[in-house]
Amino acid sequence: MSQNEFDFPHQVETAWCPGCGNFAIRKSLLAALDELGLPREKVVLVSGIGQAAKMPQYINTSFFNGLHGRALPAATAIKACNPELKVIVVGGDGDVYGEGGNHLLHATRRNPDLTLLVHDNMVYGLTKGQASPTSREGMVTLVQVNGVFEKPLNPLALGVALDVPFIARALAADMDQTRELFKKAILHRGFALVDIFQPCISFNKVNTFKWFKDNSYYVGDDYNPADRQAAFAKALEESPFPLGIIYRNEERTTFEENLPLYTQDKRALYERETDFVKIRQLLQSRV
Amino acid sequence: MTILQDDLTIVLAGEAGQGLQTIEVLLTSLLKNNGYHVYATKEYMSRVRGGMNSTTLRIASRRVCALREKIDLLIPLHPNAIPHLQHRLTDETVVIGDQSTIDYRPMIHVPFLKLANEMGNSVYANILAVGMIAGLLKIDREKCVQFIDRHFSGKGEEVKNNNLAVLHKGLDIGAGLAASIVIELVGDAGVAGEILITGGDAVAFGALAGGCNYLCAYPMSPSTSVLNAMAAFSKQFGVIVEQVEDEVGVVNMAIGAWYAGARAMVTTSGGGFALMTEGLSLAGMIESPLVIHLGQRPGPATGLPTRTEQGDLSLALYAGHGAFPRIIIAPRNIEEAFFLSQRAFNLADKYQVPVFILTDQYLVDTYYNTPCWEMDDLKVEKHFIETAADYRRHIFTASGISPRGLPGFGPGKVCVDSDEHDEGGYITENMDIRKKMVEKRLSKTAAMVNDILPPQLTGPPDFETLVIGWGSTYPALAEALDRIGNGKLAHLHFSWLYPPAQEAARYLAQAKKIVVVENNATGQFAQLLKLTMDCQAENILKYNGLPFSVEELVREISAHCD
Repeated sequence: MSQNEFDFPHQVETAWCPGCGNFAIRKSLLAALDELGLPREKVVLVSGIGQAAKMPQYINTSFFNGLHGRALPAATAIKACNPELKVIVVGGDGDVYGEGGNHLLHATRRNPDLTLLVHDNMVYGLTKGQASPTSREGMVTLVQVNGVFEKPLNPLALGVALDVPFIARALAADMDQTRELFKKAILHRGFALVDIFQPCISFNKVNTFKWFKDNSYYVGDDYNPADRQAAFAKALEESPFPLGIIYRNEERTTFEENLPLYTQDKRALYERETDFVKIRQLLQSRV
Repeated sequence: MTILQDDLTIVLAGEAGQGLQTIEVLLTSLLKNNGYHVYATKEYMSRVRGGMNSTTLRIASRRVCALREKIDLLIPLHPNAIPHLQHRLTDETVVIGDQSTIDYRPMIHVPFLKLANEMGNSVYANILAVGMIAGLLKIDREKCVQFIDRHFSGKGEEVKNNNLAVLHKGLDIGAGLAASIVIELVGDAGVAGEILITGGDAVAFGALAGGCNYLCAYPMSPSTSVLNAMAAFSKQFGVIVEQVEDEVGVVNMAIGAWYAGARAMVTTSGGGFALMTEGLSLAGMIESPLVIHLGQRPGPATGLPTRTEQGDLSLALYAGHGAFPRIIIAPRNIEEAFFLSQRAFNLADKYQVPVFILTDQYLVDTYYNTPCWEMDDLKVEKHFIETAADYRRHIFTASGISPRGLPGFGPGKVCVDSDEHDEGGYITENMDIRKKMVEKRLSKTAAMVNDILPPQLTGPPDFETLVIGWGSTYPALAEALDRIGNGKLAHLHFSWLYPPAQEAARYLAQAKKIVVVENNATGQFAQLLKLTMDCQAENILKYNGLPFSVEELVREISAHCD
């Protein structure tokens, strides 16, 4: 088997706990990138902060590992300034749904052509065990000493409400299915959200590998993700939670497609020159 | 008979929504095109309708760029205009208005609204006022007609003809008044071809000429005019202009844009910039260029949203957690708003640091005629490189500046991380690398030395007293010092605020007395001078939300020089 150029030739030393679901997600992502045959130098991974957000460090591509919760505005701009790039955003449930919540809402409204992978382990890992926006009700932590009472955020239902044009849920342990979902998400034209169920072996003793396995199922071939009403009903299902592609809308135009500067000229911004004659002409008209 | 000299201050005052801006825009353009130097500035309330706003026009035979306090001719369109502007009225002020609604005597009775209504619509009051002032200034009737005809072309024949009829009526009234009010203005034919542009638009044009091709913002007075101008340019010049959900998103978007090879700017005011400070720190850490137009207004918090202040210098100077270099420039006038904004992009790209363009509401909203700027010497200096396969983004160099690669341009990987990182951009907690990275980033300040703009000294070389100003106060200070004409008094102006210009030291050392003039309450620039140049200064401070006028600077400076 030839070397996957998205992987490093050497053993990668990660900051993840032994046995973390992140390893499986990384393998699925590496396999997806390899199988899609994307040119490595055109792939950019973008992330915020958290254990999931360290993923770009362990993939052999360019990356922009920015601030907690702020990956999406940066990623939107990266794609807009050079539409040739394949932009993949990786983060955790705290990073994307908590700190970055507002950016998530509005990034999906713009619909940039990028892929958002959210490692959803229903707990804060790097800050050591506090509740996350997707923690289930009743979970007791060092901070939520009386148990979580807040309604967990449902990223799938939120996505359908916002007409996010590709919404899927994966189970980290199912690497074949996850890899295939990643490939479809990356190939999708427009914003693709993949919420990935993943156990946190260090801090989430409730939502374990077994819990996720027992509380999820894959939607069947008879399920039509193009039906938004059905998708909303599907997204609301809990215990068991549906896995697979929940919603797809092939009609929405992307952020980049809505930028007039690319209609005639496909060049990235860095390849363009400033036309001083034209600027001076316009200035001279300010009489 | 009243004789008004060749430097005339006309003030229009009324409620928001009464069309002051229409009168101002038409008059300044008409007068400029007829060879008079014009200057306009406005003060207004944070509301869409009602309240009390005023526009000050200065019309002169020579170039005028600063606010005069004294009003020669006042056109109050609302009774509240009189108390609002009382402090600027003198016995010599000519007031023209409607005696039935405005309580001021002596006043020349011209009932603008009543006459406009008689002619069919209250909106005609604006054109009536334009016509009256043009008539008073003896502007050629045919030229006025052509101008108004052009202005209303495309609005339909009926609208145009009605407005022309109103214009004639206004011109007749003005001509009648010209018998008792003599205005001695000498035109200058060269002025007609000059441009009229606000400080805000000058920032936008400067950005465009600096190669700006990505502008993102959340609307906030007084910085929104730059957003609007860039949006107007976006199609013709291929600029991506995006209104973002909040300022946190704005700054991260701009940094992402630079990473991918764009030249990005954000435009904001103090409260919005406060939200960007985390992102500013990110730019410092990943050594991203960034251009920030910070149009200042009075704080704290929401403060006075539509007023002016130079109150965010300390914020710009210290914003962001951790230590990293930055550049702060403050254009002294509209010309510099263009040229320094242009330069900001080259500086940001060259040193891979955030560059602040510090303006304020006064500069952003003010305009005057100026010769169209030459661009032959301007260059968009692109400092990025095509990467090689073994490219490392933060490689250690003597200057501290690592060649900046772009993702997708060359086979190399471009890796940036908000965590402390090694030369390749990978997270590290190696304390030796940490120390070297801190030193590398900070060393860029020393590398900037040849690009620092020295302060500009005006006045006698053997001065004893030094009056120091920065940013937008320059034109008023220059005119005030000219009026004072003290042979031992010089003016030292700073458009480059940080890193400090070492050339300032010898001027400061020579001065027996230093007076720093600032549009803020705490003397923020004087504090910076004390910190970096160990200089003791007296302050002239203004922080009521309004800009300095020439006369008040004459008074204040004279008092300090007694």
